[in-house]
Amino acid sequence: MTAIDFISGRRLPAARVLFSALGLGIGALMLLPIYYLLLRAFQADMPTVWALLTRPRTGQLLINTFLLTACVLALCTVLALPLAWLVSRTDLPGRRIINVLAVLPLAVPGYVMAYALIGLSGNYGFLNQVFGVTIPRMQGLWGASLALSLYCFPYLYLNLRAAFAGLDQGLEESARALGCGPKEVFARVTLPHLLPALMAGWLVIGLYVIGDFGAVALMRYEAFSFVIYQQYTAAFDRLYASWLALILIAIALSVVWWESRLREGASYARTGSGSGTGSKRLALGWGGKVAGWIFSGVAVLASLGLPVAVLSFWMTRSPIGPVLKPLFDSFMQSLSVAVPSAILAALMALPVAVLAVRYPSRLSTLINRLAFVGYAIPALAFALAFVFFSLQGARWLYQTHTLLITVYALSFLALAIGPIRSAFYQTRPSIEESARALGHGPFSVFWRVTLPSIRPGVVAGMVLVFVIAMKELPIAFLLSPTGFRPLSITMFSRTSEGMLVEAAPYAAAIMAFSAIFVGFVLRHDKKAG
Amino acid sequence: MDLKPDPMGETMNFLRNSVVALTAFAATPMLADVTLYSGRGETLVAPIIERFTAETGINVNVRYGGTAELAILLEEEGDRSPADLFWAQDAAALGVIKPLFAEMPDETLERVDSVYRDADGRWIGISGRSRAVIYSPERVEEGELPATLADLTDERFTGRMALAPTNGSFIAHVAALREATSDEYALEWLQGLAAIEPVIVSNNTAGYQAIADGEADIMLTNNYYLGRFLASDPDFPVAQTTFEAGDIGNLMMVAGIGVLESSENKDDAVAFVDFLLGQTAQQYFTGNVYEFPVTGEGIVPVQGRGLTYQQATDAAPEFDLNLIVDMEGTLELIRESGLL
Repeated sequence: MTAIDFISGRRLPAARVLFSALGLGIGALMLLPIYYLLLRAFQADMPTVWALLTRPRTGQLLINTFLLTACVLALCTVLALPLAWLVSRTDLPGRRIINVLAVLPLAVPGYVMAYALIGLSGNYGFLNQVFGVTIPRMQGLWGASLALSLYCFPYLYLNLRAAFAGLDQGLEESARALGCGPKEVFARVTLPHLLPALMAGWLVIGLYVIGDFGAVALMRYEAFSFVIYQQYTAAFDRLYASWLALILIAIALSVVWWESRLREGASYARTGSGSGTGSKRLALGWGGKVAGWIFSGVAVLASLGLPVAVLSFWMTRSPIGPVLKPLFDSFMQSLSVAVPSAILAALMALPVAVLAVRYPSRLSTLINRLAFVGYAIPALAFALAFVFFSLQGARWLYQTHTLLITVYALSFLALAIGPIRSAFYQTRPSIEESARALGHGPFSVFWRVTLPSIRPGVVAGMVLVFVIAMKELPIAFLLSPTGFRPLSITMFSRTSEGMLVEAAPYAAAIMAFSAIFVGFVLRHDKKAG
Repeated sequence: MDLKPDPMGETMNFLRNSVVALTAFAATPMLADVTLYSGRGETLVAPIIERFTAETGINVNVRYGGTAELAILLEEEGDRSPADLFWAQDAAALGVIKPLFAEMPDETLERVDSVYRDADGRWIGISGRSRAVIYSPERVEEGELPATLADLTDERFTGRMALAPTNGSFIAHVAALREATSDEYALEWLQGLAAIEPVIVSNNTAGYQAIADGEADIMLTNNYYLGRFLASDPDFPVAQTTFEAGDIGNLMMVAGIGVLESSENKDDAVAFVDFLLGQTAQQYFTGNVYEFPVTGEGIVPVQGRGLTYQQATDAAPEFDLNLIVDMEGTLELIRESGLL
């Protein structure tokens, strides 16, 4: 403290110095891949780069990417907002189960979701084989939007759930007392308070959509990300691919920049005296209950029922007995990476979120934007950067658990930041100050006051990282220890040879184990109960 | 299971296990390990790798991944790679990594026909797969089937053909077509394909599925998937045929392997390659993986799983796989035709 006082000539809180240092460290790690991409990009031949970038198709693909992102965000909101409201703010029976089921679509491996939607159609599709019904194939913009929305909406759902849970209902009651109708209360009080969560959710979904190539390829919709993937995997090229990746990052960061511009200067915490009113649930009438069930039912059936049906269909064709042992081994391996990654990502997200909410400054804005880089960079490029740097500087770290976990945490940090930051926005600094005044040290205050109030956000962030780490592929290909066989790689080893039936138990295991984890974590989620 | 606490028994168990583990550990340093980067799927290759370890005592650490991703990884690792071997799905990826491969001994190379290996002896084919026409026997008449690769762009297939333009084998096939004819011809052929408005699919499996589903009637693809589909469903509604003998459409390609120059254990790595070229492994690739042997002699063919080795080799054109090198230029042509 004294040294800091001495240098700056004024008193800076120790916490701020500590969090800034941690945040800068994380930001620096995020800059490594950008440095790597620039390094590779400038090895390329400039006229060829120019020809690649100015192709008319490049423009069309960027427009396609934009359209896809807009459609997915709209669809996700339509799905997630009512679900989050039903679970958090009404007495809808069964909301605890809905709370878990609404998160699980995240655990559906992308190829399963795509085959589920495609499998609905066609003569050989499972609808025809099981029920004898043939419907036209889903494809193009709508097919891709639907496929992506069905497994992305939980990002928004979790963010909104945390926001609803932390929202002080006293505010809404005051508005009502001041003569606002229910619609006006929602538009003028509730919605603005949900805005940080909406934006955090939109941001990660938007970044995911900009970078995804799996669903768009299966749905035969062509977007910019796909060209990058092709450049790496069909032309085995790292130089021109770097240019394309840099463009993608520029787009992603401009989206992050706009989001943080909109978020800055907002204040959502309660300032008056007294404690916030706990959430009082809206008592639904019979009509409301039935409507709530129908809506939740359709959402769950489409996002979870379909993939489960397809997997079950495949699994009836392959005996499960002989794979149980390898399945369990693979699961333990997945767990050994996914759990530490989730914890590390949450630990990294804490200082970043604290800086954003409590110590807004140019530095904290910069750190918050850099924190999204890992999520915005194509995974293959991100992994290559860490291959490059660890081989140059830390050979002993190369292809170890430690490196894989660190890279996962960096790559998925953005997922953890959203809900944790939203939770911080709703905590009241005045309570922490009171605790300090009552003689608690900074760590005691953090442990006993801050952490309990941001817990739903931290849990949501960890769940997101865990579930995504369970099914991640390109980073695992490049950075996992040799011989490491998590569920995702075992599954890929089968689908890549066209053996969908043999892959099914592994895909099912990813979903089942993720479900168990999500259920375990959310079982104490009293906000839904 | 006995649930009563028994601290003494547990301690003894622990001691015994430790001793066993230590003895095992003391015995293992004699066995060297090799590290394999495998672009081939675990289900298909793990059984044959286990067999190799059982016979030679050489342990194989395997990193499974996509062929393309592993090739890029090897490029990035350069001479710092921990890998001793790279087993790839296609010759194009092997061609890209060729500068990093070491030359293989002549005795190993000579076991395989020179068209199925690198001209400088840096990689070698392990199993063959042929390009083939698959079609719906319900919707395509015998007389309608294309006679040549050129015939595939005929108007009668408008809207009926499935195509996976991003698939590695397709791109490699176009690269071969450029070499066998000319860039102008290859571009014209690609534009012909684009003109008949193919149903674009993401990969070969999706193409088989599209024909089974009735979305498309015909496709140019790799032969071996049919065997795998038929193995899980004998009524799978897709049939397979070749173009006329010698047509470039019947190109025979390979999945192959190379030993890395940076390897410190080249002898064991080469022993692994030799094992893969032996009778046991070659029969395995033919009978269980539905691919073709590259060593030919004494391999029993499988029936009822699509093309046989004999049919495929009789139809295959004379073509040196070493000529498949310019992937960037090929990708450029495919883009120019509007298919990508």
